[in-house]
Amino acid sequence: MELSGSEIIIQFLKDEGVKHLFGYPGGAVLHIYDALQKQDDVEHILVRHEQGATHAADGYARATGKPGVCLVTSGPGATNAITGIATAYMDSIPLVVLTGQVPSHAIGSDAFQEVDAVGVSRPCVKHNFLVKDLNKLAETLKKAFYVATTGRPGPVVVDIPKDITAPHIKIPYQYPEKIELRSYNPNFKGHPRQIKRAVELILNAKRPMIYTGGGIILDNASEELRNFVRKLGYPITQTLMGLGAFPGTDPHFIGMLGMHGTYEANMAMHECDVLICIGARFDDRITGVTSKFCPYAQVIHIDIDPASISKTINADIPIVGGAKQVLVELIKQLDQTELKVDKKALDAWWKTIKSWQSQNSFAYEQKKGLIQPQAAIEELYKVTNGDAYITSDVGQHQMYAAQFYHFDEPRRWINSGGLGTMGFGLPAAMGVKLAFPDKDVACVTGEGSIQMCIQELSTCLQYDLPVKIINLNNRYLGMVRQWQEFFYEKRYSHVYMDSLPDFVKLAEAYGHVGILVENPDDLHDAMVEAFKLKDRTVFLDIITDQEANVYPMISAGKAHNEMDISPLQQKVQASLKAKGELV
Amino acid sequence: MRHIISLLVENEAGALSRISGLFSARGYNIESLTVATTEDHTLSRMTIITTGSDRIIEQITKQLNKLVDVVKLQDFTEGNFIEREMMFVKVKADGESQRAEVKRLSDIFRARIIDVTDTTFCIELTGAGDKLDAYIKAMHENNIVEVVRSGSMGIMRGEKALTL
Repeated sequence: MELSGSEIIIQFLKDEGVKHLFGYPGGAVLHIYDALQKQDDVEHILVRHEQGATHAADGYARATGKPGVCLVTSGPGATNAITGIATAYMDSIPLVVLTGQVPSHAIGSDAFQEVDAVGVSRPCVKHNFLVKDLNKLAETLKKAFYVATTGRPGPVVVDIPKDITAPHIKIPYQYPEKIELRSYNPNFKGHPRQIKRAVELILNAKRPMIYTGGGIILDNASEELRNFVRKLGYPITQTLMGLGAFPGTDPHFIGMLGMHGTYEANMAMHECDVLICIGARFDDRITGVTSKFCPYAQVIHIDIDPASISKTINADIPIVGGAKQVLVELIKQLDQTELKVDKKALDAWWKTIKSWQSQNSFAYEQKKGLIQPQAAIEELYKVTNGDAYITSDVGQHQMYAAQFYHFDEPRRWINSGGLGTMGFGLPAAMGVKLAFPDKDVACVTGEGSIQMCIQELSTCLQYDLPVKIINLNNRYLGMVRQWQEFFYEKRYSHVYMDSLPDFVKLAEAYGHVGILVENPDDLHDAMVEAFKLKDRTVFLDIITDQEANVYPMISAGKAHNEMDISPLQQKVQASLKAKGELV
Repeated sequence: MRHIISLLVENEAGALSRISGLFSARGYNIESLTVATTEDHTLSRMTIITTGSDRIIEQITKQLNKLVDVVKLQDFTEGNFIEREMMFVKVKADGESQRAEVKRLSDIFRARIIDVTDTTFCIELTGAGDKLDAYIKAMHENNIVEVVRSGSMGIMRGEKALTL
């Protein structure tokens, strides 16, 4: 089959099984868009900004497990995509981003819309390519998908000069079924002897703690994790990125850990004697100050990326391998060994954990006539039966969603954890809705974040992607305000949004439904109404308490057992202390 | 501690910037970096001299290994290896006594004079970094016109080799 470069790109995407392409046309990709227009197999979603394309592809990838694919033009197209590429890079999400480039002969001449896309993207991609030879185009695309989706996944950029895509130059094309890179060989299997050592340590634990992250979800290891945890009966905590891998409603799960984790999860981290970390990377939002991290624990660290092991926290038993394969092997060895779980110690440990749990660290105060942001998430959880796909932006609302929506399945909670990208939520929700048109998809956001990619409301209409926007509108950049309240003596510097748009009218202007909710009594009905309108995008503008804070909180330089707790929990602790029952 | 790390990398545009970019992005030191193609033109051989605690060196080698363009890597520091650097020095050589002095000093260091003018010598010297330092120190500062150093390269002693 003789094809032009543009036709090769489209044919390759078809052969690779790509159904959706998020993009925005421009001069350098005109040939590709012409080839795109002549076929129906790959559906193109025209976003309103290239950042939206990358976030939408990212949301699609997180929800489906398949790589997200974008097509943008050279220069500003490529630079606009960078935020989304960096977002995917920090959370290890497989993306393939095709960027147009000026013709080969013009590269380096400061041509119109020229930017060194390979150079600009280099620090935030797993790998990138500049295609210099049409004969290597298909092979390069295959390499890009292979690198993006294997090992620790990540975004890959393929920069394609315009002359490579010229319609009149045709060459024979064959889909490269397999590709090999001598310099890239991800290891999936953990070392059996290390796993044996881990099993011994796990079964010798008196106060064990299982701590898992996004690696479980990326490696589709939820089932194995569930078996592992239930077999042992040990407590488990999950990172922001790991929520849903293990069911949020299972009693073994003691809540998210870290900066805004539960009191019990953080206390258990501090007190545990064996820490079993699988597919997480001891991020600074998880560890608190590293010098006081898990002071009594021996650490087992299972990760597919050797560079993540002993990077911030030293691992006593490092295991390099994919979460799934290592868990399978762990379970197998647990079944074979004659060692047993120390039941007595475990019961005592659970008793301690339950006493921490009883302090109810997420409890919040109701104020008359004011909607508490936590209540809005609880309502969302109820109305969607805990079964929706929830994307979020970044800030207080993100933490409330993570705390109050109990994800029972993996790939349901989609947020920018590593980079913390405001503007992620709405385009990500579009990507999810495209993949799962029959499912409820909601974007939990705030009036700050939503305005960073609000233009994608237009895309929602064009492609019939009826997502629900849950805008927790506190008229503040809430998380920044919270920090200014705690650490800057309430000097609220540039966090007040005093000229907000009328979001209801704005939603209507984009052809959607807008609902304003100001009264706590109206919250339930409004939420029900929003999800009843199955085929409409609904913007719920929920006016919330301006000064609500996210608790607990581990502030800078503090350890897991040095959390700031909510005023309500302080009262509980005081009364327990008076009775001599505080653990 | 000072480490000498040897790498085989794909001989592709951008490989060097990926490696140097990694060092600058993560705040690692580079004392020197040399690179050239090998007998196999698809591969480049690179020698990096860096310093850092054991933990940092471990991260450097892991992060380098993670780069898709890095085919193989070895930290020579633990083993038995040879390290050499090359230097060109242009010195003032004006008048009989100064010319004789430079010549004598160069002989002591087994350096070679490779270019001569009425007023300057250009000298070539190979050795470990400290030998080159010593030569520069011995040559009076005011006499030096310019110094060009290649940066170190290294190879394992014995039969061991860093190959595919």
